Amino acid sequence: MSAQGNIPVYNFAYLDEQTKRMIRRAVLKAVAIPGYQVPFASREMPMPYGWGTGGVQVTAAVLGPDDVLKVIDQGADDTANAVSIRKFFVRTAGVRTTTDTHAATVIQTRHRIPEAPLAEHQILVYQVPIPEPLRYLEPRETETRRMHALADYGLMHVKLYEDIARHGHIATTYAYPVKVEGRYVMDPSPTPKFDNPKMDHCAALQLFGAGREKRIYAIPPHTEVVSLDFEDHPFERYRLDGTCALCGSAESFLDEVITDDRGGRMFVCSDTDYCEGRRAEQPAAVAP
Amino acid sequence: MSESHMSDDDDEPLLIAEGLGKWYGRQLGCRDVSFSLYAGEVIAVVGESGSGKSTLLQLLCGEIEPSCGRVLYRTRDGATRDLATLAEAERRFLARTDWGYVHQDAARGLRMGVSAGANVGERLMAVGARHYGRIREQAVSWLDRVEIDRERIDDSPRTYSGGMRQRLQIARNLVTQPRLILMDEPTGGLDVSVQARLLDLLRRLVADLKLSAVVVTHDLAVARLLSHRIVVMKGGSVIESGLTDQVLDDPREPYTQLLVASILPP
Repeated sequence: MSAQGNIPVYNFAYLDEQTKRMIRRAVLKAVAIPGYQVPFASREMPMPYGWGTGGVQVTAAVLGPDDVLKVIDQGADDTANAVSIRKFFVRTAGVRTTTDTHAATVIQTRHRIPEAPLAEHQILVYQVPIPEPLRYLEPRETETRRMHALADYGLMHVKLYEDIARHGHIATTYAYPVKVEGRYVMDPSPTPKFDNPKMDHCAALQLFGAGREKRIYAIPPHTEVVSLDFEDHPFERYRLDGTCALCGSAESFLDEVITDDRGGRMFVCSDTDYCEGRRAEQPAAVAP
Repeated sequence: MSESHMSDDDDEPLLIAEGLGKWYGRQLGCRDVSFSLYAGEVIAVVGESGSGKSTLLQLLCGEIEPSCGRVLYRTRDGATRDLATLAEAERRFLARTDWGYVHQDAARGLRMGVSAGANVGERLMAVGARHYGRIREQAVSWLDRVEIDRERIDDSPRTYSGGMRQRLQIARNLVTQPRLILMDEPTGGLDVSVQARLLDLLRRLVADLKLSAVVVTHDLAVARLLSHRIVVMKGGSVIESGLTDQVLDDPREPYTQLLVASILPP
């Protein structure tokens, strides 16, 4: 494709203005009722379900011409999902993009929250596959809605009980249920539970979009987010026991990378921007 | 009727049905059913299929709305409340603390996807129990009481036999120490020896816990063993009621006589 600038072949950010208004209304309602799943008229997007159609629609609705967009997939800026969504918005909105967490104003994410603390001027948009935390315990949508309405959440603890009964500890490691502002129980999308504490009193606005399930929900800035647990089995963060082979971080969330077929492996930061930042700070580090 | 009383005032009925009726469109479910259930009392509702027994039970627990009449329930604070005026949150709270509902098909009353322990613990967690160790202790003690091997606590109810499922369902309902149990054919579909054991268990639990119960059954033997009073239904109406022994030994209505006569002599 030629670099013809940003001739509006599409409307700004792909969606038409009426659709963006509809999504913004859902977002506003979601912000007003933290953790509540707001239904919205999700559109077909030029990508398959499961690739972040919900997140893309939310991003399209909140994005302005002056925004700087960062897209991450499992913490990385350079994987297929992240690259294609970033390109999509460069082409349809002409916004600037970055991989630097601090420089971004809108961050769309799949499965991770950046390691760097977020600030008040930033919006974090999550791609959500299954927004309903009660889904696997109660298949009826009419019933789960009623349970949310009545704050009838005993069932969520049944799930955690079942974990402890089977594994001796709470073995849920991702999509770990949280209670938002003391009211709604929410599925934080399949982020690792390592990231759950970052949601609590986060300075940035957090928006969640589920395209297939047609739901939007939100955590406004500085909102209390508590991970559910038992008194005698409190919530614990989980991270692989190791340090990053590239930057040496002992705090960040790690990916395990298989390096050969003889059991060789290494741990690297899942957040590539964080890892690169740390390596830039320590030029003496040995090249791998 | 609605003025408050002392909570341990057993002179007041626990549950009152007043002129209860239910039409499904032009189809009659049941009509003009009235009775009072006192604390510690067991009432059996007998009749053939389609006589309105199950409709009555669903009306009593507020699962369906009556077309006419009302159901009054005396809550633990001593006030007698009309079920129709309760908010749904209150009704749900009652349903999982003060009431139990034993389905004929245990799979409907149990959560088949989770372990037996979680099934028993669910009500506790629903009313705010957040200590795993204590929830489990209670689950173990209830499994003991309903004669399920405590080794099976982490097994799924799918691996249980029909009789065990039914006992598990009973444990799951009784764990919050309800005052009223509604049972829909609790021994239906079980073979005779398993039935006998279950009836034994039910009789003991009802006596130990001073439970009130409404038992819907088509089996007169179950009614005779469990209940103090009996209500005979036919075509949606109550045709005869009274003390169980009296009605079964000396039935007045031709239909009741037929029911009693149709039991095979032992």
